[in-house]
Amino acid sequence: MIAVCPLQDLPPGTAVRLDTHVPIAVFNADGDLYAIDDTCTHQDASLADGYVEDCSVECPLHASTFDLRTGRPSGPPARTAVRTHGVTVRDGVVWVQPCDVATEATA
Amino acid sequence: MISSVTVVGASLAGLSTVRALRSQGYDGRVVVVGAERHPPYDRPPLSKAFLAGTADEADLALLDRDDDGLDVQWRLGVPATGLDAAARAVTLADGSVVRADAVVLATGARPRELPAAHALAGVHVLRTLDDAIRLRDDLGRGGRLVVVGGGFIGAEVASTARARGLAVTVVEAMPTPLAGPLGAEMGEVCGALHADHGVRLLTGVGVAGLVGTDRVQAVDLLDGTRLPADVVVVGIGALPNVEWLADSGLDVAGGVSTDAGCATAAPGVVAVGDCARPYDVHARRPVRTEHWTHALQQPVTAAATLLGGSEPYTQLPYFWSEQYGLQVQLAGSRAEGDHVTVVHGSVEERSLVATYERDGRLVAVLGIGATGPFSRWRRTLRTAAAAGMALAG
Repeated sequence: MIAVCPLQDLPPGTAVRLDTHVPIAVFNADGDLYAIDDTCTHQDASLADGYVEDCSVECPLHASTFDLRTGRPSGPPARTAVRTHGVTVRDGVVWVQPCDVATEATA
Repeated sequence: MISSVTVVGASLAGLSTVRALRSQGYDGRVVVVGAERHPPYDRPPLSKAFLAGTADEADLALLDRDDDGLDVQWRLGVPATGLDAAARAVTLADGSVVRADAVVLATGARPRELPAAHALAGVHVLRTLDDAIRLRDDLGRGGRLVVVGGGFIGAEVASTARARGLAVTVVEAMPTPLAGPLGAEMGEVCGALHADHGVRLLTGVGVAGLVGTDRVQAVDLLDGTRLPADVVVVGIGALPNVEWLADSGLDVAGGVSTDAGCATAAPGVVAVGDCARPYDVHARRPVRTEHWTHALQQPVTAAATLLGGSEPYTQLPYFWSEQYGLQVQLAGSRAEGDHVTVVHGSVEERSLVATYERDGRLVAVLGIGATGPFSRWRRTLRTAAAAGMALAG
């Protein structure tokens, strides 16, 4: 588990990037928290800089959209899914559980 | 219901139309005609990563495993030469005729050439993969590069060539580069990036001619200056590829005229991407758009139109450029006279977001080296545009 930030620092509509070995983006979409790989699968861009609408994030550069719940691309040009990660809030702090050990081990 | 479609043009707009047709349930025959011999590839990296040598041909491929089910008959390397719109019959350069129930016009655009240019080695335009291969190899010689035109292609080539160690001069005929797309104030900011990185920018001066016998040696300017050059790149805009439609009966002045749903005046014939001049619901007039995202997204509307729909295309224009490591991003439609305000960062930091307002309404947002803040302003713009459309009814 990786501590991200206090929940109050991640208000609805915002995102934060974790500079893990494979960077992870944590989003607050209208109160629901999601974590996915931060790097767009199309070309190098940080999805934490993208914008969130409903349950998807649009890449800030080339307009690919990803479903925050599944990581699947829901709009081109991206064709490959990003990985999703677990998110929990404990005592007012946001925690991420990376989906594999490799990510956590190199964090 | 249609059961055969000919797509004329095998780049992003043509391919996106095929993908959209399939994803919207169309299971009939698809023939894609392409003037170039290459399967569909991505053009934006041609002036950036591909030219820099950090991306190769394989990296540009637009087709991937998900496209295996597209079931397309490709006719690549054969330009279309004519259209019988009523019969939806496309004539190709090899004399063959492809008939279908529907035709998608997606022939794109080509670089405008310098009027004074003659066939000298070392003089380039940049549009196709073959153009980019030639230019990449020529830049490998090093030396002095003169870029004619300070627009996006010119600025990107200058940026990439500078990073490869060439001595670069950019010549822009207008007083400010990028004044058309960005306005003079923000064009000035982009122009300053050249000097930041040791590239010389000359503005307000046109090109008189090119000097050389077999290979270019210099560029002569109208003020008498002679710029020695080992390589010249001409980036002075693009023209829609519509000449082949001259006898089709379609209105192709300044691009193929369509309604907001991409339909031409001929039933079963739609036009998409750079070659099209659709009615724009935001600008409320016909607008030809050369943006990559337009060629990506507009075909969804065109495919729906071919399959019986009648929804207009409503996405806001968006494009990006990459110069000297900075993302330059513009969303919306800027026009002369818009009020420009820097709302984030500053010119000095080379990181800013600027808004364009018209009659008190937000109409466009520009980001320079400020991807995250730009995204947030783009959301504000979308909300404003949606409200504007609701008001306009």
